[in-house]
Amino acid sequence: MKSRVLVVDDDPALAEMLTIVLRGEGFETAVVSDGTRALPAVRDTQPDVVLLDLMLPGMNGIDVCRAIRAESGVPIVMLTAKSDTVDVVLGLESGADDYVVKPFKPKELVARIRARVRRNEAEPAEQLAIGEIDIDVPAHQVTRDGKPIALTPLEFDLLVALARKPRQVFTREVLLEQVWGYRHAADTRLVNVHVQRLRSKVERDPERPEVVLTVRGVGYKAGPP
Amino acid sequence: MSRLGLRRRLARLPGVRRAGRALGPLRAQAHELGALIAASWRRSLQLRVVVSTLALSSAVVLVLGLVLQSEIAERLLSSKMEAARAQADVSRVVLERELSGFDPDREGAQETLDLALQHLTNTDRSGAASSAVGEFRAALATEIGNGPVVSAGPIDEVTNEQRSELAPGMMSRQYHTVGGQTNLVIGQTIITPGRNLQFFLLFPLDGEQLTLYLVQSTLVVGGLVLLVLLAAIASLVTRQVVRPIREAADVAERFAGGHLDERMAVRGEDEVARLAESYNEMAGSLAAQIAQLEEFGALQRRFTSDVSHELRTPLTTVRMAADVLYASRDELLPALRRSSELLVTELDRFEELLADLLEISRLDAGVAELGAERIDLSAVVRRAADAVRGLASDAGTDLVLDLPDGELVEADPRRVERIVRNLVANAIDHGEGRPVEVTMAGDPASVAVVVRDHGVGLRPGEADLVFNRFWRAEESRARRSGGTGLGLSISIEDARLHGGWLQAWGEPGNGSAFRLTLPRLVGGHISASPLPLGPPAAADESGARGGRPGSSVPTPPRGVTSRREDGRAENPDPPFRGGSAPTREDAPLLPAERALIDPGGDR
Repeated sequence: MKSRVLVVDDDPALAEMLTIVLRGEGFETAVVSDGTRALPAVRDTQPDVVLLDLMLPGMNGIDVCRAIRAESGVPIVMLTAKSDTVDVVLGLESGADDYVVKPFKPKELVARIRARVRRNEAEPAEQLAIGEIDIDVPAHQVTRDGKPIALTPLEFDLLVALARKPRQVFTREVLLEQVWGYRHAADTRLVNVHVQRLRSKVERDPERPEVVLTVRGVGYKAGPP
Repeated sequence: MSRLGLRRRLARLPGVRRAGRALGPLRAQAHELGALIAASWRRSLQLRVVVSTLALSSAVVLVLGLVLQSEIAERLLSSKMEAARAQADVSRVVLERELSGFDPDREGAQETLDLALQHLTNTDRSGAASSAVGEFRAALATEIGNGPVVSAGPIDEVTNEQRSELAPGMMSRQYHTVGGQTNLVIGQTIITPGRNLQFFLLFPLDGEQLTLYLVQSTLVVGGLVLLVLLAAIASLVTRQVVRPIREAADVAERFAGGHLDERMAVRGEDEVARLAESYNEMAGSLAAQIAQLEEFGALQRRFTSDVSHELRTPLTTVRMAADVLYASRDELLPALRRSSELLVTELDRFEELLADLLEISRLDAGVAELGAERIDLSAVVRRAADAVRGLASDAGTDLVLDLPDGELVEADPRRVERIVRNLVANAIDHGEGRPVEVTMAGDPASVAVVVRDHGVGLRPGEADLVFNRFWRAEESRARRSGGTGLGLSISIEDARLHGGWLQAWGEPGNGSAFRLTLPRLVGGHISASPLPLGPPAAADESGARGGRPGSSVPTPPRGVTSRREDGRAENPDPPFRGGSAPTREDAPLLPAERALIDPGGDR
């Protein structure tokens, strides 16, 4: 079955070009040119990945991102013309899983989309635990004391990556490779922002994390099981 | 006897001397106070006013006190003198009556004198004059050097000087101190049928001394109290003026610190209020201008960002279209195929140029952020070297790395990597296939990376130019890395953003060296680099090769003096060894093209 990509972009030429490239790479695409129509389109088409331009008429890309994230864990890849810290961090904090800076090469974009889609497929049968958190890997279920915690696929992947090797300290670079699928060094802010997001969901007190621990100057590791 | 003499005598009185001694420790204290004052002299207007008030008023009080004291002393003595004279006259009359017909050479003269004195003192004890003049003693003696001396009473307490000077018909007076007791001695001659007699009255000045002492201590205490009060008053008054000034200084400091809303409180209509008003006006107009500049800056940033977005979106489309064409280039005719290849490579350049332009405009606008973190510099340098390894192997250049581990620096790894990448790529471009050495060393304050090539080098003066935007030497040679002409300009701005240095050195035919020096900590200060910029024995080397002495041009970090983020004024000459002074006419004109490698933006 082909993966569906929802393209949210107001530039018709770019949207069309994206469609051509993604079709050529074996994706199904749907295009929405207005921010306000993005959320209904997500509901209708149930895409595997949303490709979201940050500058949109109608509704700001950041707001669209928040609106989608409020009701869906669908992977979101931002397209942004700005690589400035503020814009990128704002986008990531509003719920985007990854970002691509314009102008990008088609291969780069496809690699990013595939990385997000692939995460939705591999399902080894596994039960993991960190502290009071239980992780049912095939069912994509994370529970604390039997109560389910809603995580996006990316946050789930991040947690599973840490939980699989409880003693290992993961550098940000290693996490970028394992969770985001970057082969080369990329923006470590991705890791920082998503660890914060994950903590806000799984920790009792995000200020004093017990599940995802920071190892100063190195990276992150899972808390004691 | 003159008034002056009187005063001199007075100064010899023990009371006055005691007062002088009492001033000693006071002066020592004033000295200590002086040291304290010197410390904060320049800092406090209030102190200065209080001290000068104190100094001036103590001078006034001192002069006033001295005048008062001498005036009182004089009055005391002159009244005493009056009384003493009167007493002396009375006594002389009594004695002349007693001793009429007295001859000192006769038998029983001594007894007669004793008797006369006794008589005199007895008479006057009960007399009216004694109350005014007080107690006195009398002495009688024959003149000195006129036969054997016959005397009665305490004649020893009268000086020989007075006795010999005393002439008949005159009255002599003298102050004389014997055994701690000062007397006023009045001498007269009494004419007798035989030898003349000298008659002295001794009036003790105990009472006067006591009075004078009391006056002195009162004056000293009063003066001191007055001084303290004056100091307090001066302090209070000055504080009234100084307080608003201090407030103004505080407000101005806060204003300078960036709190543009700070204003002085305007109270009343006095000079201070006027100061506050004009200050507030000034602050208002400054704040307005700053706001305007900030607005311009914001507009500039907006414009940059808009241009960025507007350019990047169509560029993305073109890029993707070109890549689609390029991917299927095998199906195209040869001319079309070549066109698609050119399209893709030139699009790469275009993207690099755009990214560089945006980066440099961000740096110019001062909106570039330093994402500083604690990093092991060797890892970053190694990563940068790895990034251009492909370029190096294409050029057949060996990269020789000498990177000690564990040199921790607070720096932005992205920017540092970009700088080193630029430097190494640049060195490969101009290294003519000879090895490129990357050396690193640190000292407690800073860490340096030197990238050295042995290629064409730089002609005199060119080391200053390599950091200029779009600068290229006239004779451009093989450009493997392409480059936008902005790489080194961005690098030097990146170095400045860290508060670091980026310097160039080069000699024609002897290669060139670029040195990056970064402070260990953000905001740290570099005074010297841990590594030399030029080769240690550049001069010897060129001499051994039979070449003429080349040029070594150190490039101090331009603009360090004017950059707002560090505010340091130093622009130290970089320590560089070995090179001789630039000699333009001697230097062979070798090409030293500086095509710059593009940093690939900040993606």
